[in-house]
Amino acid sequence: MLHQQIIQNKRKTILVLLVYTLLFLTVGIAIGYFMFDDILIGTIIATVLGGIYAIAMLSQSTEIVLKRNHAHQITEEMYPMLWHIVEDMAIVAQVPMPSVHVIQDDSPNAFATGMSPDKAAVAVTTGLLKRLNREELEGVIAHEFSHIKNYDVRLQTILVALGTAIALLIQFSSYGMRFGGRHKSNNNDKNSVLGIVLFIVSILAIFLAPLLSTLTQLALSRNREYLADATAVSFTRNPQGLISALQIISQSPDMKGVDPQSAALYIASPIHKKEKDSLFATHPSTANRIARLRNM
Amino acid sequence: MVWLIILGIVAIVVLWGIATYNGLVKSRGWIKEAWAQVDVQLKRRNDLIPNVVSTVKGYAKHEQETLEKVIAARNQLVNMQGATPQEIMETSNQITGALKSIFALSESYPELKANQNFLSLQEELTNTENKIAYSRQLYNSSVVNYNIKVQSIPTNIIASIGGFKEESVLETPQEERNVPKVSFD
Repeated sequence: MLHQQIIQNKRKTILVLLVYTLLFLTVGIAIGYFMFDDILIGTIIATVLGGIYAIAMLSQSTEIVLKRNHAHQITEEMYPMLWHIVEDMAIVAQVPMPSVHVIQDDSPNAFATGMSPDKAAVAVTTGLLKRLNREELEGVIAHEFSHIKNYDVRLQTILVALGTAIALLIQFSSYGMRFGGRHKSNNNDKNSVLGIVLFIVSILAIFLAPLLSTLTQLALSRNREYLADATAVSFTRNPQGLISALQIISQSPDMKGVDPQSAALYIASPIHKKEKDSLFATHPSTANRIARLRNM
Repeated sequence: MVWLIILGIVAIVVLWGIATYNGLVKSRGWIKEAWAQVDVQLKRRNDLIPNVVSTVKGYAKHEQETLEKVIAARNQLVNMQGATPQEIMETSNQITGALKSIFALSESYPELKANQNFLSLQEELTNTENKIAYSRQLYNSSVVNYNIKVQSIPTNIIASIGGFKEESVLETPQEERNVPKVSFD
């Protein structure tokens, strides 16, 4: 099952990169239409700028995700118990030891990130360390290790990085929409069919691209949680730890400084926890996850 | 033409045999590597035990018997060169039990429980106990993986030619069967 997931995740990664390339191009058309009156220039600008930006984001994606979530790297001496649990899980999951990070936040939560299992990072909040006992913490860390092992982290980290790049391009093009109006009034094919089509495509791109990028991220993240829970139990041989950890996490207040782009990375949704399996949920409901764990 | 086909088949069989043999060697190597992990943790624990005993001694003078039991089991484990993994794990399980009773002691000695040195030793020992449990889990899954290969057709032909014997898994003590790790708190 894990093996299949790995293949699936690698395939999805390619798909995601393709979808985002299309999104970049569409946004490029919008920028071209509103700012330069020439879709070719806009497309070239968006492809070049977006491409450079996306490559820069991807090469530093792990650092960016950690930084956006205010995670600080720790050593063994600072949090011995956390460090030792991460070491233990690296043994059973048979992956190299990832870097360990802590987020100063009272709400208990955790995530893993990284482009490959041998360059992964695990981050937990101080609230998690305060409220969970060793057994529960082990469940959470094991869950994160299953994401690392089945390449979920790579897929999700790429999504965060590309989502950020799209957001920047959209900002750039909506700026052009506001100030490019005067420039556009000289446009001689303003009333032509092509002009109208381009206008509609541009508007759609600007409003739909962020939504589409969020929806892709959400759809890809929801289903993987069940598998990660199941794999976590095969590591610790103890569903109880994860069950009680999920209960504690779901009953806690929202995280304060959370980055919305990264919400899907966390073990349980860090913001507005609507406990429903809706289209807009990043995670399946805790009740459903616990019910499945109980049946193991 | 016929000779060519026969030659081709022979070549394929020989190549398959070599690949299978190497696969078995690799699987057996993983078992050894997994055991090395267990061994490292056992040694680490052996080094930690004298420190724990000397720390506890100062606070719990009337618990000589419990402390001696741990030391005795530890010394036995240190002198077990050449024993099978199964025998070593049996002695190790005794130490785990004896350590549990030492840490249970701390409940009746508040000063000991507040001692910083004792607390960090407790974390270190919990850590090695868990690592022993998890590397044992890894050892067992490597053994199962290897045994499946040795038993399956047609790999078993190469296994019997090459003298690959089944390995046995490390038994888990009954009370630990569901929860492999140990929490002393």
